[in-house]
Parts: sequence; C-alpha cells; structure tokens
Amino acid sequence: MSAKIKVERLNLWYGAFHALIDVGLSVREKAITSLIGPSGCGKSTLLRCLNRMNDLIDDVRIEGSVRIDGQDIYAGTSAPTALRKKVGMVFQRPNPFPLSVYENIAFGPKVHHLAKADEMDDIVEDSLKAVHLWDELKDRLDENALALSLEQKQRLCIARLAAVRSEVLLMDEPCSALDPLATLRIEELMRYLRSDYTILIVTHNMQQAARVSDDTGFMLLGELIEFGRTTDIFTRPQDKRTEDYITGRFG
Amino acid sequence: MAGFRKVKEFVIEKLIFASGIASIIFVALIFIFLLSEGVSVLKSTSLGAFLGGRFWYPISDPPKLGILPLILGSLLVTAGAIVLAVPLGIGAAFYIADVAPAKIRSLLKSGVEVLAAIPSVVLGFLGITLLVPFLKHTLGLPTGLTALAGSIMLAFMALPTIITIAEDAINAVPREYKEGALALGATHWQTLTRVIIYGAMPGIIAASMLGIGRVIGETMAVMMVTGNAAVIPTSLLQPVRTLTATIAAEMGEAAKGSPHYFALFAVGLVLFLISFLINLTADLFLNRGKKR
Repeated sequence: MSAKIKVERLNLWYGAFHALIDVGLSVREKAITSLIGPSGCGKSTLLRCLNRMNDLIDDVRIEGSVRIDGQDIYAGTSAPTALRKKVGMVFQRPNPFPLSVYENIAFGPKVHHLAKADEMDDIVEDSLKAVHLWDELKDRLDENALALSLEQKQRLCIARLAAVRSEVLLMDEPCSALDPLATLRIEELMRYLRSDYTILIVTHNMQQAARVSDDTGFMLLGELIEFGRTTDIFTRPQDKRTEDYITGRFG
Repeated sequence: MAGFRKVKEFVIEKLIFASGIASIIFVALIFIFLLSEGVSVLKSTSLGAFLGGRFWYPISDPPKLGILPLILGSLLVTAGAIVLAVPLGIGAAFYIADVAPAKIRSLLKSGVEVLAAIPSVVLGFLGITLLVPFLKHTLGLPTGLTALAGSIMLAFMALPTIITIAEDAINAVPREYKEGALALGATHWQTLTRVIIYGAMPGIIAASMLGIGRVIGETMAVMMVTGNAAVIPTSLLQPVRTLTATIAAEMGEAAKGSPHYFALFAVGLVLFLISFLINLTADLFLNRGKKR
C-alpha cells in the first residue's frame, strides 16, 4: 500500500519549548495508524501538524516537511481551508455546533460550496448512514445537536467529515469522553470506515491501539521512538522504552 | 469559645441577609412611592389623556398633561441610538474577542473602560460644543439641537455596556465550536458568522437590551443636546424632549402637590416600567444563555 502521508524531519517549537524533535513517519493509505505515548509526549501536536491546526496557536514554529499525496502542505501555495477539508479532525470532546443535526452536517458542504440546495438532503442522509446514525436520527434532523448523547455527538462529528468527503480522519482521543460500550462501537465504526479513509488516532489507551490499528507509533518527549506494524510493536518492540511503556512500567 | 464563635456566625449571617434583603426593600419602597405619587395625576386627567395627550403644557391653566410627545421623543432618541450603537458594539465585541491581536485587544478593552468612565455631563458638554454645531453646519439645519444629536451622544454611552457584555458572551462560546468549524476548513469569517454567533446569541441580545436600558434612562447628555421641545417628533433632525429630561428640568419648579408635580412622578413611573421591562427581557436572555 502507498503512503498517504509522509512526514520528514519535522520539528516544532512552542516558543522556546521543543515539542516535536525530528519526527518522521509514513502513514499508509486506507489503514488505521495509532500514536501512543504518555501525556505531553507530542502525539496530539503531531496530529495537529497534519491539518495545520497548530497554525492557530501564537508563537509556534514548524520546520521539516509534511507531504499528503505528495503535496507539501506547508508550501506557500496550499490553503489551510482546502487542506482541512481533505484532512478532517475528530476531537477529544465531541463538538457539534449549537445548530440542528441537519445544519451540523450541511455546514461543511455549505462553506466549501460542494452542493446545490436540492442535493443537501441526500448528503445529510448519506453522511449519517456512513456513521450508522441515520436510523436513530432520521426523525430528529431538526433537533439541536447539543441534545444528543455523547456517542451520537461523536458520530455526528465524524459524519460532518463524511459530508465534505474528507480523505484522512485525524482522531484525537475520540473515545476518551465515552463509556466502554460506546468506545467499542466507535472502534467498530473506525474499522468499517477504514475501507474509505486513512485514519490516524491518538490514544491514551494501549488496548485501543492494539485492537483497532494496523500501524502504531510510540512517542516520548517529542520523539517518535518506534514506528511499525501494531503486532510488531506490541509483541516484539525493538526499543527498551517502548517495551517499558507497553508493559506498563511507566506512563 | 465555641459559643462566641456561634454568636459571631449568627450575627454575620443576619448582617449579610439584611444587606441582601435591603436592596429589594429599597426597590419596593421606591416603586410604592412612585406609584402613590404618580397615580395622583389621575385626579386632574384621565389615563388616556395622560399617555395619549399631544400637548405638554404643565403650567398653563388648566394644565395640559399629555406625555405622548415625551414618550415618542424618548423612543425616537433611543431608537436612533440603538441603530447606531448595536451594530457598532457587536462588531467591536467580535473584533476584540476574536480577531484583534493580543496587544490591540488590551488597548481596546481599556479604551472601552475609559469610555464607560466619562461622566455623561462631560459627554453632553462635548456634544453641545462640537457635535451640535457640526450637525447644524453639515446638514444645514436651523438648529443642531436635535434628536439625532441625542442619539449619537447616547450611542456613545451605550457602547461600553454593549461591547463588554457581548464580548463576554462571545468569549463564553466554547472553544470547541471554533476549532470544529476551522478544522472543517471554514474560514475565520465563516466560523464567526455561522457558528460562534449562534452560541453567543442570547448574550448578544441581552447586551443590546441592557444598552437600550442604559440609553432610555440617560438624562444629562440628552437634555443638553436635544433642544427639549415637547412636540411630537416627525424626524430625527428636529428638537425633541425626552421623559428623563422633562423630569430633570421641571422637578425643581413644580409646586409640591400640584398636578404638574404628580404628572412628573407619573412620568417617572412610566420610565421605571419601561426600564424594568427591558431589564427583565435582558435577564431572560442571559439566563437562557446560561442554561445551555
């Protein structure tokens, strides 16, 4: 399988703090890649480099290259808005807008002028079907999305990305606000979405990484210590620090 | 020792209770006083003639006590001020809360506080020496003392209230909404106008209502720049007299117990009711914003 995302010698500083140090990895297309590591190791920072969300923070400096489909996303010509349409993000706390279910889905297609008015109904339906919410919500499309359950909200946030036909899903601890059963159902959804999307997930939960991902990267203090097939990382870690972390000796 | 502490607790508790209840009692007393004095106007005129009367000649004989020109004057000046202040205030609030770089933000915030700190009589003074002649010359009016001058002065006074409260409301919109919209590839402007504004809406409406409340109760500056002619206004470019200015200008001269005196109290009552309704509406919106 080809590399969808290629990160090379990526360095990032928050002010004087060196948060990412010479990170390099390639993310396979239509696979699930997980990033694990203790809090503050830089895994969320790395994720936020891939859709340029770090641009929103003052005093941030980024060096190195991030290529998605061969395009350097930090090159002067590329617009962050187009990038973020292609590379969608799911947040730790589900963040539907204070609008109706329908308007939440329609938001993305509207800002990117993807659909005519008469196509919107189909987009909403297809997007909700993609995350298995259609049957639950088809009669509640006008309800405020803030009234949904946490799991439904998180699915809705994923549906928003389906509506703009994102190709990459960046998931920043997408299950940490959910209960264990909802977590399992979201993981199931991730495996289902894998046939259409390239998925990167940051997780605190090592079992989750082992359960859902094809590739795993272990990060520590801003460095990517080890990266490879999930089965290899969890059964035959090459680095002593990876082994200590996954066996629960620290973290 | 324990007994002393108990007594101390008891006393403190009662003192706090008393200060809490005092403000309510004072409001109630003020209202009762206004009501009892104001209602006496009905001895010399009917409610319909008072509220709907077109002429305010309190010292003619018999006195004509129609406050319609005053109500319309207040509403006209207020409406003009709101049309100016609300869009400007909300725009400024969005700029300060969400667009301005940190340095400009703190500069603007202290600027707004300074604006709030200017005594209204000083603003009125500036109005009468700068704004009124300016309006007279640029618009070619017989006098610059107009409803428009009052509206502009009042807009200045309402701005700090509107900006501060609307800015709080915008800042209270969860950061996640903004991140979610930006992460979907929305531009900053789309994020503001399609997401953040919905989260902040109850607060923005409350800010506008409190701005209106500030404006309708304002007296000094308005009295200095509006010309104070008690006629039914037909345009922003003519002199008007407001409810507040009438009380301030005439209370000193009204003989206690005269129809004129009672009529001024009744004007106060009308003003009180208008402000009360406006604040109540604002409260409703503020609470609705909190519940979510």
